[in-house]
Amino acid sequence: MKATAWIAINVFRESVRDKVLYNLVFFAILLIGASYLIGQLTAGQDVKIIKDLGLAATSIFGVFIAVFIGIGLVSKEVERRSVYSLLAKPIHRYQLLIGKYCGLVLTLIVNVSIMAAALYVVLAYMSWGVPPAAARIWDAPALDPALLKATALLLAELTIVTAIALLFSTFSTPMLSAAMTFGLYIVGHFTNDLRNFADLVDSPAAARLARGLSWALPNLAQFDVRADVVHGLPVSFGYMGLASLYAAVYVAMLLAISVLIFSRRDFK
Amino acid sequence: MPALATFELTKDYAIGFWRKRPYRALDGLTLEIAPGEVFGFLGPNGAGKTTTLKLLMQLVFPTSGRAEIFGRPLGDLSVKRRIGYLPEHPYFYDYLTAEELLTYFAGLFGYAGAERRARAARLLDEVGIGAERRMQLRKFSKGMLQRVGIAQAILNEPELVIFDEPMSGLDPLGRRDVRSLILRLRDRGCTVFFSSHVLSDAEALCDRVAILARGRLAAMGRLTDMLPFRARGWDLVVAGVRDETVAALGTRVRRAVRLSDGHYMLDLPPDSPPERLVGELTAGGAHLVSLNPIRQTLEEFFVEHVTTPAAAGAPRDVEPPHGRRP
Repeated sequence: MKATAWIAINVFRESVRDKVLYNLVFFAILLIGASYLIGQLTAGQDVKIIKDLGLAATSIFGVFIAVFIGIGLVSKEVERRSVYSLLAKPIHRYQLLIGKYCGLVLTLIVNVSIMAAALYVVLAYMSWGVPPAAARIWDAPALDPALLKATALLLAELTIVTAIALLFSTFSTPMLSAAMTFGLYIVGHFTNDLRNFADLVDSPAAARLARGLSWALPNLAQFDVRADVVHGLPVSFGYMGLASLYAAVYVAMLLAISVLIFSRRDFK
Repeated sequence: MPALATFELTKDYAIGFWRKRPYRALDGLTLEIAPGEVFGFLGPNGAGKTTTLKLLMQLVFPTSGRAEIFGRPLGDLSVKRRIGYLPEHPYFYDYLTAEELLTYFAGLFGYAGAERRARAARLLDEVGIGAERRMQLRKFSKGMLQRVGIAQAILNEPELVIFDEPMSGLDPLGRRDVRSLILRLRDRGCTVFFSSHVLSDAEALCDRVAILARGRLAAMGRLTDMLPFRARGWDLVVAGVRDETVAALGTRVRRAVRLSDGHYMLDLPPDSPPERLVGELTAGGAHLVSLNPIRQTLEEFFVEHVTTPAAAGAPRDVEPPHGRRP
Protein backbone atom coordinates (compact mmCIF):
# COMPACT_ATOMS: atom_id res chain seq x y z
CA MET A 1 0.00 0.00 0.00
CA LYS A 2 2.82 2.33 0.98
CA ALA A 3 4.74 1.51 -2.21
CA THR A 4 1.60 2.08 -4.30
CA ALA A 5 1.11 5.51 -2.73
CA TRP A 6 4.80 6.29 -3.28
CA ILE A 7 4.50 5.41 -6.98
CA ALA A 8 1.33 7.55 -7.22
CA ILE A 9 3.14 10.54 -5.71
CA ASN A 10 5.95 10.09 -8.22
CA VAL A 11 3.48 10.04 -11.14
CA PHE A 12 1.99 13.26 -9.78
CA ARG A 13 5.48 14.77 -9.58
CA GLU A 14 6.19 13.63 -13.15
CA SER A 15 2.94 15.18 -14.36
CA VAL A 16 3.45 18.54 -12.70
CA ARG A 17 6.89 18.77 -14.29
CA ASP A 18 5.46 17.97 -17.70
CA LYS A 19 5.19 21.01 -19.98
CA VAL A 20 2.32 19.38 -21.89
CA LEU A 21 0.20 19.51 -18.75
CA TYR A 22 0.89 23.20 -18.22
CA ASN A 23 -0.02 23.94 -21.81
CA LEU A 24 -3.30 22.07 -21.51
CA VAL A 25 -4.25 23.77 -18.24
CA PHE A 26 -3.21 27.15 -19.65
CA PHE A 27 -5.41 26.73 -22.72
CA ALA A 28 -8.31 25.50 -20.60
CA ILE A 29 -8.11 28.59 -18.39
CA LEU A 30 -7.73 30.78 -21.47
CA LEU A 31 -10.88 29.26 -22.92
CA ILE A 32 -12.76 29.72 -19.65
CA GLY A 33 -11.60 33.34 -19.59
CA ALA A 34 -12.63 33.77 -23.23
CA SER A 35 -16.12 32.53 -22.39
CA TYR A 36 -16.58 35.85 -20.58
CA LEU A 37 -16.08 37.70 -23.87
CA ILE A 38 -18.41 35.37 -25.74
CA GLY A 39 -20.96 35.81 -22.95
CA GLN A 40 -20.91 39.56 -23.59
CA LEU A 41 -22.27 38.95 -27.08
CA THR A 42 -25.45 37.33 -25.84
CA ALA A 43 -28.09 39.46 -24.17
CA GLY A 44 -29.18 38.06 -20.80
CA GLN A 45 -27.61 34.65 -21.45
CA ASP A 46 -24.07 35.58 -20.46
CA VAL A 47 -23.88 33.56 -17.24
CA LYS A 48 -25.35 30.50 -18.94
CA ILE A 49 -22.85 30.77 -21.80
CA ILE A 50 -19.92 31.16 -19.43
CA LYS A 51 -21.00 28.14 -17.39
CA ASP A 52 -21.59 26.04 -20.49
CA LEU A 53 -18.31 26.95 -22.17
CA GLY A 54 -16.36 26.75 -18.92
CA LEU A 55 -17.62 23.27 -18.09
CA ALA A 56 -17.08 22.15 -21.69
CA ALA A 57 -13.49 23.43 -21.61
CA THR A 58 -12.87 21.67 -18.30
CA SER A 59 -14.26 18.45 -19.75
CA ILE A 60 -12.32 18.59 -23.03
CA PHE A 61 -8.99 19.44 -21.45
CA GLY A 62 -9.58 16.94 -18.65
CA VAL A 63 -10.02 14.24 -21.29
CA PHE A 64 -6.87 15.41 -23.10
CA ILE A 65 -4.86 15.20 -19.87
CA ALA A 66 -6.31 11.77 -19.02
CA VAL A 67 -5.57 10.38 -22.48
CA PHE A 68 -2.21 11.96 -23.25
CA ILE A 69 -0.67 11.26 -19.88
CA GLY A 70 -2.58 7.99 -19.37
CA ILE A 71 -1.35 6.35 -22.58
CA GLY A 72 2.27 6.97 -21.60
CA LEU A 73 1.97 5.77 -18.03
CA VAL A 74 3.10 2.22 -18.74
CA SER A 75 4.20 2.23 -22.38
CA LYS A 76 6.77 4.97 -21.76
CA GLU A 77 8.19 3.03 -18.80
CA VAL A 78 8.54 -0.07 -20.96
CA GLU A 79 9.82 1.73 -24.04
CA ARG A 80 12.51 3.58 -22.09
CA ARG A 81 13.27 0.52 -19.95
CA SER A 82 12.90 2.46 -16.68
CA VAL A 83 10.50 -0.32 -15.70
CA TYR A 84 13.49 -2.70 -15.34
CA SER A 85 14.94 -0.92 -12.32
CA LEU A 86 11.52 -0.23 -10.89
CA LEU A 87 10.31 -3.82 -10.97
CA ALA A 88 13.55 -4.98 -9.37
CA LYS A 89 12.42 -3.17 -6.22
CA PRO A 90 10.24 -4.97 -3.67
CA ILE A 91 6.94 -4.23 -5.38
CA HIS A 92 4.40 -6.32 -7.24
CA ARG A 93 3.56 -5.49 -10.80
CA TYR A 94 -0.02 -4.70 -9.82
CA GLN A 95 1.24 -2.11 -7.33
CA LEU A 96 3.08 -0.34 -10.12
CA LEU A 97 -0.06 -0.25 -12.23
CA ILE A 98 -2.41 0.86 -9.46
CA GLY A 99 0.12 3.44 -8.27
CA LYS A 100 0.41 4.87 -11.77
CA TYR A 101 -3.36 5.03 -12.08
CA CYS A 102 -3.86 6.72 -8.70
CA GLY A 103 -1.10 9.23 -9.51
CA LEU A 104 -2.84 10.31 -12.69
CA VAL A 105 -6.22 10.51 -10.97
CA LEU A 106 -4.59 12.73 -8.33
CA THR A 107 -3.18 14.92 -11.13
CA LEU A 108 -6.63 15.14 -12.71
CA ILE A 109 -8.27 16.09 -9.41
CA VAL A 110 -5.80 18.94 -8.93
CA ASN A 111 -6.09 20.17 -12.52
CA VAL A 112 -9.86 19.93 -12.76
CA SER A 113 -10.07 21.78 -9.41
CA ILE A 114 -7.86 24.56 -10.82
CA MET A 115 -10.08 24.80 -13.91
CA ALA A 116 -13.24 24.82 -11.77
CA ALA A 117 -11.75 27.56 -9.59
CA ALA A 118 -10.94 29.57 -12.74
CA LEU A 119 -14.57 29.19 -13.85
CA TYR A 120 -15.84 30.44 -10.50
CA VAL A 121 -13.47 33.43 -10.70
CA VAL A 122 -14.84 34.38 -14.13
CA LEU A 123 -18.42 33.94 -12.91
CA ALA A 124 -17.73 36.02 -9.79
CA TYR A 125 -16.28 38.80 -11.94
CA MET A 126 -19.27 38.59 -14.28
CA SER A 127 -21.87 38.74 -11.53
CA TRP A 128 -20.09 41.36 -9.46
CA GLY A 129 -22.19 44.49 -9.22
CA VAL A 130 -25.17 42.97 -11.07
CA PRO A 131 -28.38 44.23 -9.39
CA PRO A 132 -30.54 41.50 -7.78
CA ALA A 133 -33.41 42.28 -10.13
CA ALA A 134 -31.20 41.54 -13.14
CA ALA A 135 -29.83 38.38 -11.51
CA ARG A 136 -33.34 37.03 -10.98
CA ILE A 137 -33.76 36.27 -14.70
CA TRP A 138 -30.89 33.78 -14.56
CA ASP A 139 -31.91 30.09 -14.40
CA ALA A 140 -29.45 29.55 -11.56
CA PRO A 141 -27.22 31.82 -9.47
CA ALA A 142 -23.89 32.71 -11.03
CA LEU A 143 -21.88 31.09 -8.27
CA ASP A 144 -24.10 28.02 -8.23
CA PRO A 145 -22.68 25.21 -6.02
CA ALA A 146 -24.30 22.77 -8.45
CA LEU A 147 -21.39 23.48 -10.78
CA LEU A 148 -19.37 21.39 -8.36
CA LYS A 149 -21.74 18.47 -8.96
CA ALA A 150 -21.07 18.68 -12.70
CA THR A 151 -17.33 18.86 -11.99
CA ALA A 152 -17.47 15.87 -9.62
CA LEU A 153 -19.28 13.77 -12.21
CA LEU A 154 -16.78 14.91 -14.84
CA LEU A 155 -14.02 13.62 -12.55
CA ALA A 156 -15.84 10.30 -12.21
CA GLU A 157 -15.98 10.11 -16.01
CA LEU A 158 -12.28 10.93 -16.24
CA THR A 159 -11.41 8.07 -13.87
CA ILE A 160 -12.96 5.72 -16.45
CA VAL A 161 -11.17 7.40 -19.37
CA THR A 162 -7.86 7.14 -17.47
CA ALA A 163 -8.44 3.46 -16.75
CA ILE A 164 -9.16 2.86 -20.46
CA ALA A 165 -5.95 4.67 -21.45
CA LEU A 166 -4.01 2.67 -18.88
CA LEU A 167 -5.47 -0.61 -20.12
CA PHE A 168 -4.42 0.09 -23.70
CA SER A 169 -1.01 1.29 -22.62
CA THR A 170 -0.28 -2.08 -20.96
CA PHE A 171 -0.08 -3.82 -24.34
CA SER A 172 -0.14 -1.24 -27.12
CA THR A 173 1.87 1.66 -28.51
CA PRO A 174 1.07 5.21 -27.34
CA MET A 175 -0.38 6.24 -30.72
CA LEU A 176 -2.68 3.24 -30.96
CA SER A 177 -3.63 3.61 -27.30
CA ALA A 178 -4.58 7.26 -27.85
CA ALA A 179 -6.67 6.40 -30.91
CA MET A 180 -8.46 3.55 -29.14
CA THR A 181 -9.09 5.56 -25.97
CA PHE A 182 -10.54 8.51 -27.90
CA GLY A 183 -12.62 6.03 -29.91
CA LEU A 184 -14.05 4.47 -26.78
CA TYR A 185 -14.61 7.91 -25.25
CA ILE A 186 -16.73 8.95 -28.22
CA VAL A 187 -18.59 5.63 -28.40
CA GLY A 188 -19.12 5.82 -24.65
CA HIS A 189 -21.31 8.88 -25.14
CA PHE A 190 -23.61 6.97 -27.49
CA THR A 191 -24.20 3.71 -25.60
CA ASN A 192 -27.81 4.75 -24.86
CA ASP A 193 -28.35 5.08 -28.59
CA LEU A 194 -26.97 1.58 -29.04
CA ARG A 195 -29.58 0.33 -26.55
CA ASN A 196 -32.32 2.12 -28.48
CA PHE A 197 -30.94 0.72 -31.72
CA ALA A 198 -31.33 -2.80 -30.28
CA ASP A 199 -35.05 -2.14 -29.80
CA LEU A 200 -35.46 -0.92 -33.36
CA VAL A 201 -33.68 -3.58 -35.46
CA ASP A 202 -35.56 -6.64 -36.73
CA SER A 203 -32.63 -9.05 -36.69
CA PRO A 204 -32.43 -10.73 -33.26
CA ALA A 205 -28.69 -11.29 -33.70
CA ALA A 206 -28.04 -7.61 -34.40
CA ALA A 207 -30.27 -6.65 -31.47
CA ARG A 208 -28.36 -9.00 -29.14
CA LEU A 209 -25.04 -7.64 -30.38
CA ALA A 210 -26.15 -4.02 -29.94
CA ARG A 211 -27.54 -4.75 -26.47
CA GLY A 212 -24.40 -6.65 -25.46
CA LEU A 213 -22.18 -3.81 -26.65
CA SER A 214 -24.31 -1.23 -24.89
CA TRP A 215 -23.72 -3.05 -21.60
CA ALA A 216 -20.03 -3.80 -22.17
CA LEU A 217 -18.99 -0.36 -23.40
CA PRO A 218 -18.72 2.43 -20.85
CA ASN A 219 -21.80 4.58 -20.53
CA LEU A 220 -20.21 8.00 -20.30
CA ALA A 221 -23.27 10.07 -21.22
CA GLN A 222 -24.66 9.65 -17.70
CA PHE A 223 -21.77 11.72 -16.32
CA ASP A 224 -22.67 14.71 -18.47
CA VAL A 225 -25.06 16.84 -16.38
CA ARG A 226 -23.79 20.15 -17.77
CA ALA A 227 -27.10 21.08 -19.44
CA ASP A 228 -29.05 20.38 -16.22
CA VAL A 229 -26.69 22.41 -14.07
CA VAL A 230 -26.52 25.32 -16.49
CA HIS A 231 -30.32 25.48 -16.72
CA GLY A 232 -30.75 25.21 -12.96
CA LEU A 233 -32.33 21.75 -13.06
CA PRO A 234 -31.70 19.58 -10.01
CA VAL A 235 -29.11 16.82 -9.99
CA SER A 236 -29.84 14.59 -7.02
CA PHE A 237 -27.18 13.16 -4.75
CA GLY A 238 -28.78 9.76 -5.32
CA TYR A 239 -28.11 10.06 -9.05
CA MET A 240 -24.56 11.19 -8.36
CA GLY A 241 -24.02 8.28 -5.97
CA LEU A 242 -25.25 5.73 -8.53
CA ALA A 243 -23.14 7.23 -11.31
CA SER A 244 -20.08 7.22 -9.04
CA LEU A 245 -20.74 3.60 -8.09
CA TYR A 246 -20.95 2.70 -11.78
CA ALA A 247 -17.62 4.49 -12.35
CA ALA A 248 -16.01 2.66 -9.43
CA VAL A 249 -17.16 -0.77 -10.65
CA TYR A 250 -16.16 -0.05 -14.25
CA VAL A 251 -12.73 1.26 -13.20
CA ALA A 252 -12.18 -1.79 -10.96
CA MET A 253 -12.99 -4.04 -13.90
CA LEU A 254 -10.64 -2.19 -16.28
CA LEU A 255 -7.84 -2.19 -13.71
CA ALA A 256 -8.30 -5.92 -13.10
CA ILE A 257 -7.91 -6.61 -16.85
CA SER A 258 -4.88 -4.28 -17.00
CA VAL A 259 -3.26 -6.07 -14.07
CA LEU A 260 -3.94 -9.44 -15.68
CA ILE A 261 -2.23 -8.38 -18.92
CA PHE A 262 0.62 -6.50 -17.28
CA SER A 263 1.51 -9.20 -14.76
CA ARG A 264 2.05 -11.77 -17.54
CA ARG A 265 3.90 -9.51 -19.91
CA ASP A 266 7.52 -10.16 -20.97
CA PHE A 267 9.71 -7.05 -21.15
CA LYS A 268 12.01 -8.06 -24.01
CA MET B 1 22.28 -22.85 0.40
CA PRO B 2 23.43 -21.16 -2.82
CA ALA B 3 22.83 -17.46 -3.25
CA LEU B 4 21.47 -18.13 -6.69
CA ALA B 5 20.63 -21.31 -8.58
CA THR B 6 19.04 -22.02 -11.94
CA PHE B 7 17.69 -25.37 -13.04
CA GLU B 8 17.40 -26.08 -16.77
CA LEU B 9 16.29 -22.49 -17.29
CA THR B 10 15.02 -22.05 -20.84
CA LYS B 11 13.52 -19.12 -22.66
CA ASP B 12 11.95 -19.02 -26.10
CA TYR B 13 10.85 -15.79 -27.73
CA ALA B 14 8.31 -15.62 -30.53
CA ILE B 15 9.82 -13.96 -33.57
CA GLY B 16 8.42 -13.00 -36.95
CA PHE B 17 5.58 -10.68 -37.81
CA TRP B 18 2.83 -12.77 -39.35
CA ARG B 19 3.94 -16.33 -38.74
CA LYS B 20 5.44 -16.28 -35.30
CA ARG B 21 8.00 -18.97 -34.54
CA PRO B 22 9.85 -19.62 -31.32
CA TYR B 23 13.47 -18.62 -31.03
CA ARG B 24 15.48 -20.13 -28.18
CA ALA B 25 17.38 -17.36 -26.40
CA LEU B 26 18.42 -19.53 -23.46
CA ASP B 27 18.70 -23.27 -23.48
CA GLY B 28 18.63 -25.32 -20.27
CA LEU B 29 20.92 -23.19 -18.13
CA THR B 30 21.86 -24.82 -14.84
CA LEU B 31 24.26 -23.06 -12.50
CA GLU B 32 24.82 -22.34 -8.85
CA ILE B 33 26.47 -19.34 -7.23
CA ALA B 34 27.74 -19.58 -3.68
CA PRO B 35 27.20 -16.77 -1.16
CA GLY B 36 29.99 -14.21 -1.21
CA GLU B 37 31.19 -15.26 -4.65
CA VAL B 38 31.98 -12.86 -7.49
CA PHE B 39 30.63 -14.66 -10.52
CA GLY B 40 31.19 -13.50 -14.08
CA PHE B 41 28.68 -14.29 -16.77
CA LEU B 42 30.51 -14.05 -20.05
CA GLY B 43 29.50 -14.38 -23.64
CA PRO B 44 29.31 -12.49 -26.92
CA ASN B 45 26.37 -10.28 -27.81
CA GLY B 46 23.24 -12.35 -28.29
CA ALA B 47 24.54 -15.25 -26.18
CA GLY B 48 21.61 -15.04 -23.76
CA LYS B 49 23.25 -13.17 -20.86
CA THR B 50 20.70 -10.37 -20.61
CA THR B 51 17.85 -12.82 -21.08
CA THR B 52 19.16 -14.83 -18.12
CA LEU B 53 19.38 -11.75 -15.93
CA LYS B 54 15.92 -10.64 -16.98
CA LEU B 55 14.60 -14.09 -16.11
CA LEU B 56 16.17 -13.79 -12.68
CA MET B 57 14.52 -10.39 -12.19
CA GLN B 58 11.22 -11.71 -13.60
CA LEU B 59 11.17 -9.13 -16.34
CA VAL B 60 10.57 -12.09 -18.63
CA PHE B 61 9.16 -15.48 -17.67
CA PRO B 62 10.81 -18.83 -18.42
CA THR B 63 9.47 -21.18 -21.04
CA SER B 64 10.66 -24.02 -18.83
CA GLY B 65 12.99 -24.60 -15.91
CA ARG B 66 13.18 -22.53 -12.76
CA ALA B 67 15.49 -20.44 -10.63
CA GLU B 68 15.87 -19.67 -6.96
CA ILE B 69 17.51 -16.86 -5.04
CA PHE B 70 18.49 -17.60 -1.45
CA GLY B 71 16.47 -20.82 -1.76
CA ARG B 72 13.25 -18.98 -2.51
CA PRO B 73 11.33 -18.67 -5.75
CA LEU B 74 11.83 -15.61 -7.93
CA GLY B 75 9.47 -12.71 -7.42
CA ASP B 76 9.20 -13.27 -3.68
CA LEU B 77 9.21 -9.76 -2.15
CA SER B 78 11.40 -10.87 0.76
CA VAL B 79 13.99 -11.91 -1.87
CA LYS B 80 13.65 -8.64 -3.77
CA ARG B 81 14.49 -6.77 -0.58
CA ARG B 82 17.84 -8.58 -0.47
CA ILE B 83 18.94 -8.08 -4.05
CA GLY B 84 20.02 -5.23 -6.29
CA TYR B 85 19.86 -5.06 -10.08
CA LEU B 86 21.54 -2.88 -12.66
CA PRO B 87 20.00 -3.28 -16.12
CA GLU B 88 22.04 -2.95 -19.29
CA HIS B 89 22.12 0.70 -20.50
CA PRO B 90 20.02 1.90 -17.57
CA TYR B 91 17.50 4.65 -18.19
CA PHE B 92 15.68 6.57 -15.53
CA TYR B 93 13.15 9.36 -15.31
CA ASP B 94 14.31 12.47 -17.14
CA TYR B 95 12.45 14.84 -14.88
CA LEU B 96 14.03 13.61 -11.63
CA THR B 97 17.40 14.56 -10.26
CA ALA B 98 19.81 11.79 -9.25
CA GLU B 99 19.06 12.58 -5.63
CA GLU B 100 15.30 12.42 -6.16
CA LEU B 101 15.57 9.15 -8.07
CA LEU B 102 17.46 7.45 -5.26
CA THR B 103 15.11 8.90 -2.65
CA TYR B 104 12.16 7.61 -4.69
CA PHE B 105 13.63 4.12 -4.97
CA ALA B 106 14.56 4.17 -1.26
CA GLY B 107 10.88 4.88 -0.55
CA LEU B 108 9.95 1.69 -2.39
CA PHE B 109 12.11 -0.22 0.09
CA GLY B 110 10.10 1.42 2.88
CA TYR B 111 12.87 3.58 4.34
CA ALA B 112 11.71 6.61 6.33
CA GLY B 113 12.32 10.21 5.16
CA ALA B 114 15.67 10.99 6.81
CA GLU B 115 17.02 7.51 6.07
CA ARG B 116 16.01 7.86 2.42
CA ARG B 117 17.92 11.10 2.02
CA ALA B 118 20.94 9.83 3.95
CA ARG B 119 21.17 6.69 1.81
CA ALA B 120 20.81 8.65 -1.41
CA ALA B 121 23.58 11.05 -0.38
CA ARG B 122 25.93 8.28 0.78
CA LEU B 123 25.53 6.20 -2.35
CA LEU B 124 25.93 9.12 -4.72
CA ASP B 125 29.18 9.87 -2.90
CA GLU B 126 30.21 6.25 -3.27
CA VAL B 127 29.71 6.20 -7.04
CA GLY B 128 31.34 9.59 -7.51
CA ILE B 129 28.33 11.79 -8.36
CA GLY B 130 29.06 15.17 -6.79
CA ALA B 131 27.21 18.44 -7.32
CA GLU B 132 25.53 16.94 -10.40
CA ARG B 133 23.20 15.07 -8.08
CA ARG B 134 20.82 18.04 -8.16
CA MET B 135 20.70 18.08 -11.95
CA GLN B 136 17.85 16.44 -13.82
CA LEU B 137 18.85 13.06 -15.22
CA ARG B 138 18.09 14.21 -18.77
CA LYS B 139 21.36 16.17 -18.59
CA PHE B 140 23.46 13.17 -17.52
CA SER B 141 26.02 11.50 -19.77
CA LYS B 142 25.89 7.75 -20.39
CA GLY B 143 28.69 7.15 -17.91
CA MET B 144 27.01 9.21 -15.21
CA LEU B 145 23.72 7.37 -15.74
CA GLN B 146 25.64 4.11 -15.34
CA ARG B 147 26.96 5.35 -11.99
CA VAL B 148 23.47 6.34 -10.87
CA GLY B 149 22.32 2.90 -12.01
CA ILE B 150 24.93 1.25 -9.83
CA ALA B 151 23.96 3.46 -6.88
CA GLN B 152 20.29 2.47 -7.16
CA ALA B 153 21.29 -1.19 -7.37
CA ILE B 154 23.08 -1.10 -4.01
CA LEU B 155 20.64 1.24 -2.29
CA ASN B 156 19.31 -1.47 0.04
CA GLU B 157 22.73 -2.91 0.98
CA PRO B 158 21.88 -6.06 -0.97
CA GLU B 159 23.25 -9.50 -0.24
CA LEU B 160 23.23 -10.28 -3.95
CA VAL B 161 23.76 -7.83 -6.78
CA ILE B 162 23.03 -8.62 -10.40
CA PHE B 163 24.81 -6.28 -12.78
CA ASP B 164 24.19 -6.40 -16.53
CA GLU B 165 27.33 -5.09 -18.25
CA PRO B 166 28.33 -2.77 -15.38
CA MET B 167 31.36 -1.39 -17.26
CA SER B 168 29.34 -0.44 -20.31
CA GLY B 169 29.60 3.23 -21.24
CA LEU B 170 32.33 3.96 -18.70
CA ASP B 171 35.70 5.52 -19.41
CA PRO B 172 38.86 3.84 -18.02
CA LEU B 173 38.55 5.72 -14.73
CA GLY B 174 34.93 4.74 -14.42
CA ARG B 175 35.79 1.10 -15.14
CA ARG B 176 38.42 1.19 -12.45
CA ASP B 177 35.91 2.67 -10.00
CA VAL B 178 33.36 -0.03 -10.77
CA ARG B 179 35.97 -2.72 -10.33
CA SER B 180 36.88 -1.32 -6.91
CA LEU B 181 33.21 -1.10 -6.01
CA ILE B 182 32.66 -4.76 -6.92
CA LEU B 183 35.64 -5.73 -4.78
CA ARG B 184 34.30 -3.61 -1.90
CA LEU B 185 30.92 -5.34 -2.23
CA ARG B 186 32.68 -8.71 -2.13
CA ASP B 187 34.58 -7.64 0.99
CA ARG B 188 31.26 -6.78 2.65
CA GLY B 189 30.12 -10.35 1.95
CA CYS B 190 27.85 -9.46 -0.96
CA THR B 191 27.47 -11.97 -3.78
CA VAL B 192 28.09 -10.35 -7.16
CA PHE B 193 26.75 -11.80 -10.40
CA PHE B 194 27.66 -9.71 -13.40
CA SER B 195 27.60 -10.13 -17.14
CA SER B 196 30.37 -8.93 -19.39
CA HIS B 197 32.00 -9.66 -22.68
CA VAL B 198 35.38 -8.41 -21.53
CA LEU B 199 37.72 -11.13 -20.26
CA SER B 200 39.96 -8.74 -18.37
CA ASP B 201 37.02 -7.64 -16.18
CA ALA B 202 36.34 -11.25 -15.30
CA GLU B 203 40.02 -12.00 -14.71
CA ALA B 204 40.39 -9.07 -12.36
CA LEU B 205 37.29 -9.73 -10.33
CA CYS B 206 35.75 -13.17 -10.60
CA ASP B 207 36.06 -16.20 -8.40
CA ARG B 208 34.30 -18.20 -11.10
CA VAL B 209 32.78 -17.57 -14.49
CA ALA B 210 30.21 -19.14 -16.75
CA ILE B 211 30.57 -18.71 -20.48
CA LEU B 212 27.46 -18.65 -22.57
CA ALA B 213 27.44 -19.14 -26.33
CA ARG B 214 24.32 -19.26 -28.46
CA GLY B 215 22.10 -19.59 -25.41
CA ARG B 216 23.97 -22.57 -24.00
CA LEU B 217 26.46 -22.93 -21.23
CA ALA B 218 29.81 -23.46 -22.97
CA ALA B 219 32.04 -23.58 -19.89
CA MET B 220 31.96 -22.87 -16.18
CA GLY B 221 34.56 -22.72 -13.42
CA ARG B 222 37.62 -20.75 -12.40
CA LEU B 223 39.13 -19.01 -15.41
CA THR B 224 42.59 -20.31 -14.50
CA ASP B 225 41.28 -23.88 -14.30
CA MET B 226 39.35 -23.77 -17.53
CA LEU B 227 41.21 -25.62 -20.23
CA PRO B 228 41.02 -22.97 -22.93
CA PHE B 229 42.28 -20.31 -20.55
CA ARG B 230 45.07 -22.28 -18.91
CA ALA B 231 48.50 -20.89 -19.73
CA ARG B 232 49.90 -22.65 -22.79
CA GLY B 233 53.28 -21.17 -22.10
CA TRP B 234 54.87 -17.87 -21.13
CA ASP B 235 56.18 -14.87 -22.98
CA LEU B 236 59.25 -13.64 -21.15
CA VAL B 237 61.00 -10.43 -22.21
CA VAL B 238 64.41 -9.72 -20.66
CA ALA B 239 67.07 -7.09 -21.25
CA GLY B 240 70.81 -7.03 -20.55
CA VAL B 241 71.23 -10.72 -21.23
CA ARG B 242 74.22 -12.20 -23.02
CA ASP B 243 73.69 -14.19 -26.28
CA GLU B 244 75.58 -17.21 -24.90
CA THR B 245 73.35 -17.27 -21.79
CA VAL B 246 70.30 -17.54 -24.04
CA ALA B 247 71.96 -20.22 -26.16
CA ALA B 248 72.71 -22.22 -23.02
CA LEU B 249 69.02 -22.38 -22.07
CA GLY B 250 68.53 -25.17 -24.62
CA THR B 251 65.17 -26.96 -24.42
CA ARG B 252 64.04 -24.87 -21.48
CA VAL B 253 63.01 -22.30 -24.10
CA ARG B 254 60.78 -23.18 -27.05
CA ARG B 255 61.89 -20.17 -29.05
CA ALA B 256 64.13 -17.18 -28.50
CA VAL B 257 63.68 -13.98 -30.50
CA ARG B 258 66.43 -11.35 -30.33
CA LEU B 259 64.67 -7.97 -30.20
CA SER B 260 67.83 -5.85 -29.98
CA ASP B 261 71.25 -5.99 -28.42
CA GLY B 262 70.91 -7.98 -25.17
CA HIS B 263 67.10 -7.74 -25.43
CA TYR B 264 65.28 -11.07 -25.91
CA MET B 265 61.76 -12.40 -26.06
CA LEU B 266 61.66 -15.99 -24.83
CA ASP B 267 58.81 -18.44 -25.41
CA LEU B 268 58.71 -20.76 -22.37
CA PRO B 269 56.80 -24.07 -22.22
CA PRO B 270 53.93 -24.32 -19.68
CA ASP B 271 55.31 -27.30 -17.74
CA SER B 272 58.12 -25.56 -15.89
CA PRO B 273 57.45 -22.58 -13.58
CA PRO B 274 58.90 -19.41 -15.13
CA GLU B 275 59.97 -17.95 -11.76
CA ARG B 276 63.07 -20.20 -11.58
CA LEU B 277 64.32 -19.22 -15.02
CA VAL B 278 63.63 -15.55 -14.31
CA GLY B 279 65.61 -15.92 -11.07
CA GLU B 280 68.58 -17.46 -12.88
CA LEU B 281 68.62 -14.81 -15.61
CA THR B 282 68.34 -11.87 -13.22
CA ALA B 283 71.08 -13.38 -11.02
CA GLY B 284 73.28 -13.34 -14.16
CA GLY B 285 72.76 -9.59 -14.61
CA ALA B 286 69.66 -9.54 -16.82
CA HIS B 287 66.60 -7.62 -15.85
CA LEU B 288 62.98 -8.55 -16.33
CA VAL B 289 60.95 -6.46 -18.77
CA SER B 290 57.71 -8.49 -18.81
CA LEU B 291 56.28 -11.93 -18.19
CA ASN B 292 52.89 -12.86 -19.60
CA PRO B 293 50.96 -16.12 -19.84
CA ILE B 294 50.11 -17.33 -23.35
CA ARG B 295 46.51 -18.44 -23.50
CA GLN B 296 43.41 -18.33 -25.59
CA THR B 297 41.65 -15.02 -25.40
CA LEU B 298 37.96 -14.83 -24.68
CA GLU B 299 37.51 -13.49 -28.19
CA GLU B 300 39.16 -16.59 -29.64
CA PHE B 301 37.02 -18.76 -27.40
CA PHE B 302 33.87 -16.99 -28.55
CA VAL B 303 34.82 -17.33 -32.19
CA GLU B 304 35.47 -21.04 -31.72
CA HIS B 305 32.23 -21.66 -29.86
CA VAL B 306 30.00 -19.46 -31.90
CA THR B 307 31.20 -20.14 -35.41
CA THR B 308 32.25 -23.79 -35.54
CA PRO B 309 29.45 -26.10 -36.72
CA ALA B 310 29.94 -28.53 -33.83
CA ALA B 311 29.71 -25.80 -31.25
CA ALA B 312 26.77 -24.19 -32.93
CA GLY B 313 24.78 -27.40 -32.44
CA ALA B 314 21.10 -27.44 -33.26
CA PRO B 315 19.52 -24.44 -34.89
CA ARG B 316 18.06 -21.97 -32.37
CA ASP B 317 14.63 -21.96 -33.93
CA VAL B 318 12.89 -24.56 -31.88
CA GLU B 319 9.76 -26.61 -31.88
CA PRO B 320 6.86 -24.88 -30.18
CA PRO B 321 7.58 -24.99 -26.46
CA HIS B 322 5.80 -27.48 -24.25
CA GLY B 323 7.09 -25.83 -21.09
CA ARG B 324 5.00 -24.21 -18.47
CA ARG B 325 4.67 -20.62 -17.45
CA PRO B 326 4.66 -19.78 -13.80
